[in-house]
Amino acid sequence: MSLLDVRDLAVSYDGRRAVEGISFTVDPGEVVALVGESGSGKSTTAHAVIGLLPGNATVDRGRILLGDADLATWSARRMEALRGAQIGLVPQDPANSLNPVKTIGAQVGEVMRIHGRGDRWEIRRQVVELLTRVGLPDPETRARQYPHELSGGMRQRVLIAIAIALRPRLVIADEPTSALDATVQRRILDLVDDLRAEFGTAVLLVTHDLGVAASRSDRLVVMKAGRVEEQGHTAAVLAAPEAAYTAKLLRDAPALSVREYREAEPAPREPAIVLHDLVKEFRLGRRPFRAVDRVSFEVPRGTTHALVGESGSGKTTTARMVVRFTEPTSGTVTIPGAGEGRRFRRHVQLVHQNPYGSLDPRQSVAEIVAEPLRNFRLGDRAARAARVAELLDRVALPRDLAGRRPRELSGGQRQRVAIARALAVEPGVLVLDEAVSALDVTVQAQILDLLEQLQRDLGLTYLFISHDLAVVRQISHTVSVMSEGRIVESGTTRQVFTEPGAPYTRELLAAIPEPVR
Amino acid sequence: MTRYVMFRAGQAVLVLWAAFTAAYVLLRLLPGDSILIKFQNPELGLSPQQIAEIRAHYDGGASALATYLDTLSGFLRGSLGYSIDTGTPVTERLAEALPETAKLASAGFGLAVLIAVAIAFAAASSRSSWIRGALLSVPSLFVSVPVFWLGILLIQVFSFRLGLVPVIGGSAAQQLILPVLTLAVPISAPIAQVLARAVDQVRAQPFVPVVAAKGASRQWILWRHVARNATLPALTMAGLVFGELIAGSVVTETVFGRNGIGRLTEQAVNAQDTPVMLAVVVLAAVVFVLVNLVVDLLYPVLDPRLKAAP
Repeated sequence: MSLLDVRDLAVSYDGRRAVEGISFTVDPGEVVALVGESGSGKSTTAHAVIGLLPGNATVDRGRILLGDADLATWSARRMEALRGAQIGLVPQDPANSLNPVKTIGAQVGEVMRIHGRGDRWEIRRQVVELLTRVGLPDPETRARQYPHELSGGMRQRVLIAIAIALRPRLVIADEPTSALDATVQRRILDLVDDLRAEFGTAVLLVTHDLGVAASRSDRLVVMKAGRVEEQGHTAAVLAAPEAAYTAKLLRDAPALSVREYREAEPAPREPAIVLHDLVKEFRLGRRPFRAVDRVSFEVPRGTTHALVGESGSGKTTTARMVVRFTEPTSGTVTIPGAGEGRRFRRHVQLVHQNPYGSLDPRQSVAEIVAEPLRNFRLGDRAARAARVAELLDRVALPRDLAGRRPRELSGGQRQRVAIARALAVEPGVLVLDEAVSALDVTVQAQILDLLEQLQRDLGLTYLFISHDLAVVRQISHTVSVMSEGRIVESGTTRQVFTEPGAPYTRELLAAIPEPVR
Repeated sequence: MTRYVMFRAGQAVLVLWAAFTAAYVLLRLLPGDSILIKFQNPELGLSPQQIAEIRAHYDGGASALATYLDTLSGFLRGSLGYSIDTGTPVTERLAEALPETAKLASAGFGLAVLIAVAIAFAAASSRSSWIRGALLSVPSLFVSVPVFWLGILLIQVFSFRLGLVPVIGGSAAQQLILPVLTLAVPISAPIAQVLARAVDQVRAQPFVPVVAAKGASRQWILWRHVARNATLPALTMAGLVFGELIAGSVVTETVFGRNGIGRLTEQAVNAQDTPVMLAVVVLAAVVFVLVNLVVDLLYPVLDPRLKAAP
């Protein structure tokens, strides 16, 4: 008999359907991955199972059977006794998922206090035991620390400790690693695997990352627009997807695709970006902290150079020095043909990770794209309008979007607007700072294709900053791998991916989820 | 941490000096003549010449700067000068009035905080959006009520109509009830508003569903997790409205005929008694600065993230 049996579940927000009659099961000790893009209803489904839907959501029909009990009919009070004890939750965002003003120990012990397991001393002993079990070094100290004193990976371990504290039969992991660096992601997923093997806990893994789902689940449930597109054993679905949508997801997932490496023609080209011995130091209290340590590389004109590293590796600081938002402590950045002052700003443009945050919510798309033209006093009103229309065509946005505001656009559309804005003043160099990291895979693939095409058509040079090796493999000609402010390896993408020299590069590559086991 | 405390204490001293100087200059520039007000009464039968002599006795003929420095050093040594109106040392008059006001202000402030917490958390606990909206509009009502009017209304209703609290006589505690209520109502409003908004913001944070996933009830989440996180902005507001207590006590003490700092201020203003006014201003500044210093030093205790900051 299944542990969890969801039958014909339908959920709506303020009368608008988000989940449209879906059914699936989870057997004891099994990992079932709920895969889909944003808006597919996967998170809504998971929250319905644990009874944590927001106030404006209602379960319209269907049953959520945990053993014999139909949770869809349970009262809020009854669900309280079940949450934490029978179903655990590993949340998405470890940075904000712990109460900032309570100690780690108090927050792990809380789940036992709520359910009345053990006295104070017993709980304290168990907390240390749990923190040890999830692999936190020096657990007694950790228990006395506050969340901000721990790294993202350590916090996620704490959240896992909370989820498994009472040995629930089912753990819901809602995008448990999407906010973490690749190597940390791998260790966290390994931990979840180990705990499942040890306690026999079933896991409902909610993820947008087909790579993670493929490498970690027994069965896949592929969702789109509130419906199940396809479900089955992971290996079988990956080998022969039945639904066209699944096939598209597989094709677009960077970790699973087998695209050719991009290689620049061997003809020598003049460099478009030259970094020489670049150093940036910040003062932390009395001793200086070297964020970027003697970084040098050249990017040939019309090619893409990727700067890869995990958070804190210095890649963003390097990018900020390239676009002259930050002064280097020593060393030089040379961009031939860029000029000085405002002419530099015209030649070098930046595209940010978060398209929503970098677009003024009160401006229309046309105003946003035309803003650089206005700043540089290029053309009159009619000429600018014509240029905006041309730019929207360039980035494949329908022209009737020109009057919309950013919040009326999808994530992919917003990023296209940001790219159109960057292209408005005909730059030679684009610095793309995690420009596709926040997007769903199919959208991500489209934006990467667009970037490739723009590069061919306009002869642009890209500096592509990313933590995602799978994406880097697709877009870049050459790669520099950064760690702790230094470049540990660089070369053509093919060299770095097929014959990695540095141990750190090998570790990073090993952390890319392996599609088929 | 010690550097931070030293820095904040230094800042507080600077603010006090500035408050003293500003008050001193303003009071000197004020039109009106306290000596004339006191001595021109025909019953005293003083000639203009005698009044001029008295004036010379008070001023001592020193330059403006010398008088300023003299007064400042007096304040530093704890001697606040003499009241022109009564001729007694200002310290004595303050010492007489202070306990009354301290009782009124602390009780008023305590009650204000209680009312604010009650409104904010009742609104947060209620599942009906109608009740919630009604509770959240209470602070706007409170803040728009004039203190003198509220005081008179309370006397009318509770003393004259219902006869619950005696107007004259009655125990000290009974005499406090209505003034405290009058003072607390307008002060509670901004605290309640800030607290209610902070509670809403904290409840939207991602850690709240994680606590709910542990099996915590609504009340558990509200009191054990949301409350402490929401305290910080409310505490800031509480420190700021402390200044209003002093302004509020002037009206309240006048309406209820209590002898406190507020009443003393009112008398001093009527008599143009500058030494007393100056002392009251500086006293108010000291209280205000001290309260806000304590609030600042409490931040890191309430939120461990602020300990790391300088």
